[in-house]
Amino acid sequence: MDFTIAAIITIVGLTTPILLAGLGELVVEKSGVLNLGVEGLMLVGAISGFGVTVFTFNPWAGVLGAAVGGALASLIFAVLVLQLNSNQVATGLALTIFGTGVSSLIGVNFTGRIVAPFGSIFPDALARDPFWKLFFGYSPIVYFAIIMVFVVGWFLKRTRAGLILRAVGENDLSAHSIGYSVIRVRYMAIAFGGAMAGIGGAYFSLVITPMWAEKMTAGRGWIALALVVFAGWRTGRLLAGAYFFGILMALELYAKAAGFSFLPSQFWAAMPYAMTVVALAIISSRGTAGASAPACLGKPFTPST
Amino acid sequence: MRYKLEKRREPSMAMLVITPVASVIVTMLVGILAFDALGVDGWAAVRDIFLTPLLASHKWQDVAVKAAPLVIIALGLSVGNRAQVWNIGAEGQYVIGALAAAGVGLAFGQAGGFFVILAMIAAGCLGGALWALIPAVLRTRFSVNEVLSSLMLTYVSLQVLGYLVGGPWKDPNGRNFPATAPLPEGQMLPALDGSTIHLGIVVALILPFAFWLLMSRSTFGYQVRVVGSSPHAARHGGFDAKQTIWATMLIGGAMAGLAGSLELTGALHKVDLGFASGYGFTAIIVAFLGRLNPFGCLLAGIVLAVTSVGGQLAKTTVHIPDSTAGIFQAMMLFLILASDILIRYRIAKRA
Repeated sequence: MDFTIAAIITIVGLTTPILLAGLGELVVEKSGVLNLGVEGLMLVGAISGFGVTVFTFNPWAGVLGAAVGGALASLIFAVLVLQLNSNQVATGLALTIFGTGVSSLIGVNFTGRIVAPFGSIFPDALARDPFWKLFFGYSPIVYFAIIMVFVVGWFLKRTRAGLILRAVGENDLSAHSIGYSVIRVRYMAIAFGGAMAGIGGAYFSLVITPMWAEKMTAGRGWIALALVVFAGWRTGRLLAGAYFFGILMALELYAKAAGFSFLPSQFWAAMPYAMTVVALAIISSRGTAGASAPACLGKPFTPST
Repeated sequence: MRYKLEKRREPSMAMLVITPVASVIVTMLVGILAFDALGVDGWAAVRDIFLTPLLASHKWQDVAVKAAPLVIIALGLSVGNRAQVWNIGAEGQYVIGALAAAGVGLAFGQAGGFFVILAMIAAGCLGGALWALIPAVLRTRFSVNEVLSSLMLTYVSLQVLGYLVGGPWKDPNGRNFPATAPLPEGQMLPALDGSTIHLGIVVALILPFAFWLLMSRSTFGYQVRVVGSSPHAARHGGFDAKQTIWATMLIGGAMAGLAGSLELTGALHKVDLGFASGYGFTAIIVAFLGRLNPFGCLLAGIVLAVTSVGGQLAKTTVHIPDSTAGIFQAMMLFLILASDILIRYRIAKRA
């Protein structure tokens, strides 16, 4: 029982960053834009969240800082792809390279510093109780991520703004011709995606290991991108997929801890990435994912021609 | 006065050449201002990163050694990018190529010579190509996006490297350090006396001509360009898109593997945990800065190598972290992508 509870808590922790970043990217892609810069945005979020927390001693301000940092960085991408119609794949890659560089440049000043981990805000009687910690023992970011799954799902399906966003992603020319600003909608979607990736990154630097380390997100931004494809651009399946990947990553930790020495530790470390490829192959080959991809995904918006 | 963008009748060749040069210059100017604002001597930082490696002759060999893998990988990637095939896992293909070459070298023991080295390099090309074949098959058979699969496989390749150099291939006389034993002399590429200039650099200088012939003088080059620019026309003209994906991915992988094996036999002479130093990612910037043109890749590879060497230099002279060079490299890529629009559009005064 104790082991099961500990395992679930580990899985929830590993799932949260990719869930946040994946939700953000899902909204971006629903508006018809492919932002491959998620990994860079997460790193920018990790360092800005950490930096703000060091100065303010307030992790809530840190999370806000991470969201703002991620959103600002994503606006560089937005200006290039929306205003100058640059290639989205290449611009997203540039954003990741840029985010990696900027975060390590800023991070030089923060190396070796630590902050208090941004843990549970519930009273210890609940947060540290051997059983109730299963529900109350998490950082507020964890609850935020799960709430956001439902908020984003409701926004996309039930609100007018969500309908417009989906229309822009499915048929930008029609949305434009009935008077919606395709560019403005996409700006907002990209900024939202940046903010969510930033918060996902801050989960690394404020919760998992409350310190800064270069490239500390270790490729999770790319897994978040795969997650969106895996989920077929649906929020419910994104939640399920994120937990599937969370379990895979937890398996790595437990296999190492249990000393499964018949397989080298590198086998377990490679597994989440290898399984991502396998999962993408299974999902993509069924054709269901391809059918639900937004029709304008990755294409520049050129109304005059 | 307001300005607007006006579509050109034909893409501007002048802008194709001017914009990369302008991107480098603007990056330098922004760098000077940004560093001054941060309280560092901006001119000194930019001078050391962009100019000193070119002006100081003792730095030339460092630039050449760093430029060679960048140019070779970028040449391969630019073929794929022209066909809109996005292989961003060159780093992994470079690693697997180097491991394949190292494995062949180990199999020969202390034996060396021309044919052993040739076998190692051939294994490198083959290893890189096979690693790139995985995303190619996944794309054509299962319609998996090659961006994600090729990148995921880079993470896998790093674990393969970690396993081999820390386990079966670990140097028995290496004080338990995770690295292969240094290559015997006979398995090293010849180098100029008293320098680090090795034969791989000559390869990097010759290959652009081969790629120029391939891309502008062969049916294959024509096919790649048609598939990339107008898929519908390509299908109409009987060009097979799947075949193009396969071919361009294999070329990209083989070149990355070649670069890995040349780096092993020519420069580093062993594989350790630091072997993957990001050439595969930087080469993506090289390909774009070089406008996907073989000779452009050669020049852009030198520029990026200069900034890498200069970044190390600036770390000691003006005490800025070496990640700064990465920011400059990203800024160049942003600017080149931003200025793409000037090739097809002109800025005109609004009436």
